[in-house]
Amino acid sequence: MDFVNALVQGTLLGGLYALFAAGLSLIFGVMRLVNIAHGDLIVLAAYLGLTTTVALGVHPLVALIVVVPAMAGIGYVLQRAVLNHTLGDDILPPLLVTFGLSVIIQNALLEGYSADPQKMDAGALETASVALGPLSLGVLPLLTFAIAVAVIAGLQWCFYRTPLGRAFRATSDNQDIAQLMGLNKRHVFGLAMALALAVTAVAGILLGIRTSFDPSVGGGRLIFGFEAVIIGGLGNLWGTLVGGVILGVAQTVGATINPGWQLLAGHIAFLVILAVRPNGLFPRISA
Amino acid sequence: MSTDIRISRTSNAAKVAAVLGALIVVILIAAPYWAGRADLRLMGEIFLYLALASLWNLLAGYAGLVSVGQQAYVGFGGYMLFALTIFSGLPPLVAIALAGLLGALISIPVAALIFRLRGAYFAIGTWVMAEVFRLVFAQVSALGGGSGTSLPTDIVRSMADGRSAREALSYWLALGAALIVVTAVYLLLRSRKGLALTAIRDNELASASLGIDIWRTKFFVYVVTSGLTAIVGALIFLQKLRISPDAAFSVNDWTAFVIFIVVIGGIGTIEGPIIGTIVFFLLRETLADLGTIYLMVLGLVAIVVMLKAPQGVWGFIRHRFDLQLFPLGYRVERSKDS
Repeated sequence: MDFVNALVQGTLLGGLYALFAAGLSLIFGVMRLVNIAHGDLIVLAAYLGLTTTVALGVHPLVALIVVVPAMAGIGYVLQRAVLNHTLGDDILPPLLVTFGLSVIIQNALLEGYSADPQKMDAGALETASVALGPLSLGVLPLLTFAIAVAVIAGLQWCFYRTPLGRAFRATSDNQDIAQLMGLNKRHVFGLAMALALAVTAVAGILLGIRTSFDPSVGGGRLIFGFEAVIIGGLGNLWGTLVGGVILGVAQTVGATINPGWQLLAGHIAFLVILAVRPNGLFPRISA
Repeated sequence: MSTDIRISRTSNAAKVAAVLGALIVVILIAAPYWAGRADLRLMGEIFLYLALASLWNLLAGYAGLVSVGQQAYVGFGGYMLFALTIFSGLPPLVAIALAGLLGALISIPVAALIFRLRGAYFAIGTWVMAEVFRLVFAQVSALGGGSGTSLPTDIVRSMADGRSAREALSYWLALGAALIVVTAVYLLLRSRKGLALTAIRDNELASASLGIDIWRTKFFVYVVTSGLTAIVGALIFLQKLRISPDAAFSVNDWTAFVIFIVVIGGIGTIEGPIIGTIVFFLLRETLADLGTIYLMVLGLVAIVVMLKAPQGVWGFIRHRFDLQLFPLGYRVERSKDS
């Protein structure tokens, strides 16, 4: 029974990891950019949520109304002002610049909020649960998973059914020809980053309700998101959800065997899949 | 009048630099006799950072392997020093050398796995590996688990008589490590393998078509760098005398700062890491009181350098004055005899 419980809880946890990963997957798909600061941006969103809930006295989920547009705005400006200048054949500039951003965000948060762990208060939502046979499922993990599925479905729809998605795909396929067709790739990349950070905002708020966080936890979130992307296969959003679920299940199963093995089990699952299927389970594009 | 053409691998600037460099090295070797305890410690730290930066530069600047997970080997080397001296009773110096050997050995299966990832994904893959190392060592309760352990005093005392003699030894080891690493990188790049590496850096496809085994060349560089990084890691924690998983496998301390050093100094040059290390420590010593602001300034400087002058400080100097202190290439010169 413990095992079944671990499977179910791990699957729900996987929803959160898929949210960490979705933004990463999106920007890699559109502009081949790997954002080392992604985890720190998730933590930044959590802190913005914290400030909003404290300042306005609202529920963390209501704070999304403020945090999502704020993060999207940050994303657009960041992309236009800095990250667009790093794109090219050389992978070092984007890597180094986002590494620098990561250090800056971490220390700015440290300066503004101190190193003390913080948590958002979501009231009854945190402890509410529903009974499903012998299992007891938390409402918050269920909600997180549902939001993850909705976000990925929304991104999928946006990618394949809207003019914006067409612009993303066109720029991804061939930047120069997309330019000739009247798309401004700088603007398109800015919108892609805005969308990615809007998803990141959702991930950050849900993270902040679920666990306590401090400025140093970004690196770990980046790694979970990255592992989910690679396990699922590059450029495949539903694959990313599956990757997140596999990672979540590996972690909870590892934790039931020995609490110290939680994170290790997730990393080992990732390395095993990397050894067996180097391109992930359902690859769409090659790196 | 006949004009002979000869090929030279050196230049006047390089000769002057070699003489000056030798002089500086002699002065630095004598440092325990003229420097204070705090200065000695700082200089030891500088040399260890220089060694790390040179190794990362070889990896990323020449072999194109942009790793953000070198802290795996720094921490591994540190832990091996502690494990080998505490459990096997080996003398620290032997343990340091063995730590390097083991670091190279463990990097072989690691490379076999993460070389499957390309480009930026390779980078994060190396970080995952470092996390695995950290979590594994945090599970070893004999080495203090998650909270870490100190080097027992009898092992520390066995190194040399008295505190100042021990600190001098620790300093010389750090200086020696930096000299050996810079020399090894220089000689490697001047060799046949170095030529292959430079070719790969400039154009992978073309160098493959000329018969260079790209995978094997990169693999060789990765393993050698990992072993040497483990030795430097052992020396770092010999200086600190205390180790914990979070300190040993810190991505900021052993990778972010090292990358900033190399990029600010000039990636893909031997001189770059030297200049970068000097700039880094100048910044640190002047801004350290500002705490977190200093780190934000450092990140900002690195971003600005990458965007505005991607060749770094040394790249700028070399471009401007056609200067190379560690001559790697071949120059065709016209000899003046008639």
